[in-house]
Amino acid sequence: MGVVTFVSHDGEKHEAPLDEGQSLMQIAVDNMVPGIDGDCGGEAACGTCHVIVDAHWSDTVGLSEPVEEEMLSMNPERQPTSRLSCQMRVSQEWDGLIVQLPEFQM
Amino acid sequence: MTNGTAIVVGASHAGAQLAASLRQEGWDGEVVLLGDEATLPYQRPPLSKAYLAGKSTLQELTIRKAEFYAKQQIQLVDARVESIDRARGRVVLEGGRTLPYDKLALCTGGRARRLTIPGADLSGVHYLRTFADVEQIRESSQLGRRAVIIGGGYIGLETAASLHALGLDVTVVEAAERVLERVTALEVSAFYERIHRDAGVTIHTGAVVEALSGEDRVRGVRLADGDELAADLVIVGIGIEPNTELAAAAGLLVDDGVVIDDHARTSDHDIVAAGDCASHLMGRYGRRIRLESVPSAGEQAKVAAATLCGNDRTIRALPWFWSDQYEVKLQIAGLNTGYDEVVLSGDPISDRDFSCFYLRAGELIAADCVNRPRDFVFSKRTIAQGLPVDRAELLTAGAT
Ligand SMILES: Cc1cc2nc3c(=O)[nH]c(=O)nc-3n(C[C@H](O)[C@H](O)[C@H](O)COP(=O)(O)OP(=O)(O)OC[C@H]3O[C@@H](n4cnc5c(N)ncnc54)[C@H](O)[C@@H]3O)c2cc1C
Repeated sequence: MGVVTFVSHDGEKHEAPLDEGQSLMQIAVDNMVPGIDGDCGGEAACGTCHVIVDAHWSDTVGLSEPVEEEMLSMNPERQPTSRLSCQMRVSQEWDGLIVQLPEFQM
Repeated sequence: MTNGTAIVVGASHAGAQLAASLRQEGWDGEVVLLGDEATLPYQRPPLSKAYLAGKSTLQELTIRKAEFYAKQQIQLVDARVESIDRARGRVVLEGGRTLPYDKLALCTGGRARRLTIPGADLSGVHYLRTFADVEQIRESSQLGRRAVIIGGGYIGLETAASLHALGLDVTVVEAAERVLERVTALEVSAFYERIHRDAGVTIHTGAVVEALSGEDRVRGVRLADGDELAADLVIVGIGIEPNTELAAAAGLLVDDGVVIDDHARTSDHDIVAAGDCASHLMGRYGRRIRLESVPSAGEQAKVAAATLCGNDRTIRALPWFWSDQYEVKLQIAGLNTGYDEVVLSGDPISDRDFSCFYLRAGELIAADCVNRPRDFVFSKRTIAQGLPVDRAELLTAGAT
């Protein structure tokens, strides 16, 4: 099984096993990654699972979808590669993925 | 040195988060999570939404997989707590077994408020709080197509939309003059009545239910004005009652909910409480409030866990909610209590997206955002940070 690394705002790294088919938010929650809340359970309703995808990975995982964009566009910490991790369905090709967490979730 | 044993009573949104957060906050002793629903902790909101409509599975409802609890050494125990013996520091389970605790967390949530009118105990009369309730509603809906929902609050309306999606004939009966009367402005209530009627759901407002009729199974709903609505199943959504009996019997301070301070401590500092069962004096509103929402249960649980581990955190997030009906997503930021002015962006009479901003003395205190996530994000931040707004800004906040 591959790994994904969540890097918190202050640089702390949290590795989690890549669980194919799960959302990246669920993986974070299952592995107690601090800074990802997922309050709404994955409906893109709360914006508390914001991650910023490492630029090298952006082509592989893709940019935000319109539903995510709606929630992200007003977020002051928004970056070009920002995503809502609940909308990212993990695949095996993502082994080694690195995402940054914002300082504050919504 | 270890922290000893922490017992969490109630294994749902608040309890599951609290147990996980105890580990995150450094609790190195035992963590026991006691629940009485015989399932892994699951998400409740989809019960009236996607799950009821058959669009998601039980597995998708699970908050965390079984392995999570094993790996974090959180013992999930299926047992009902009967009482708390504070003097001896232990809880008594159904059947008489006792478990000692060093710290205790009450996350007992709430139960559906029961109807007390004649016929309320007929079969085919349901409530919607648990996964087991949904199973029963599913079975009942095989027996007939006419569903009457008593109560036009969020859960009643979501249930109406989901049962409609399943092909049932749905009627909603609300005692107040409009649906959602307690929680939203007139314009928002009118919007929801319109979209339900457009979908083919019948809504009776100002309609007080007097009795349920039927021999053994429910057959009808009798209104105070003498009308009788035919029904094959009835779903009652008239709010919840907090499960505070354990706390009250143990002598903890209870005022609607179990009274907690900013650190989620009850009147006994070895006991914390979080979620729907807890009542918190919210500095932002200057009064005690018992919120019924997943985000609030989660925040209180995290704070409670930190408190038990001796770390300093306080409850302070802005309340927020959401509701899904048909393809309409409502996101609510803040509580609108005491508003003296409403500003509408968009047209609730003909459109399917608009926002209703609530102001008090010119300050934004809450917003109902219908298919307008941008307005929601804007409002949540503005209200949480107490930023000033002018009306023109409200009208353009959600513009692309
Ligand atoms: C149909 C439905 C839709 C909802 N939709 C939304 C929504 O869209 N957004 C939102 O924010 N909120 C929503 N809510 C509210 C949300 O589900 C609650 O706020 C949340 O579940 C509160 O979590 P809790 O853990 O405090 O309490 P609960 O979820 O009530 O859980 C308490 C648990 O404790 C158990 N328990 C109680 N007493 C004992 C005992 N003595 N021993 C052992 N176990 C015990 C109970 O059986 C239960 O499992 C919805 C609720 C329902 C029912």
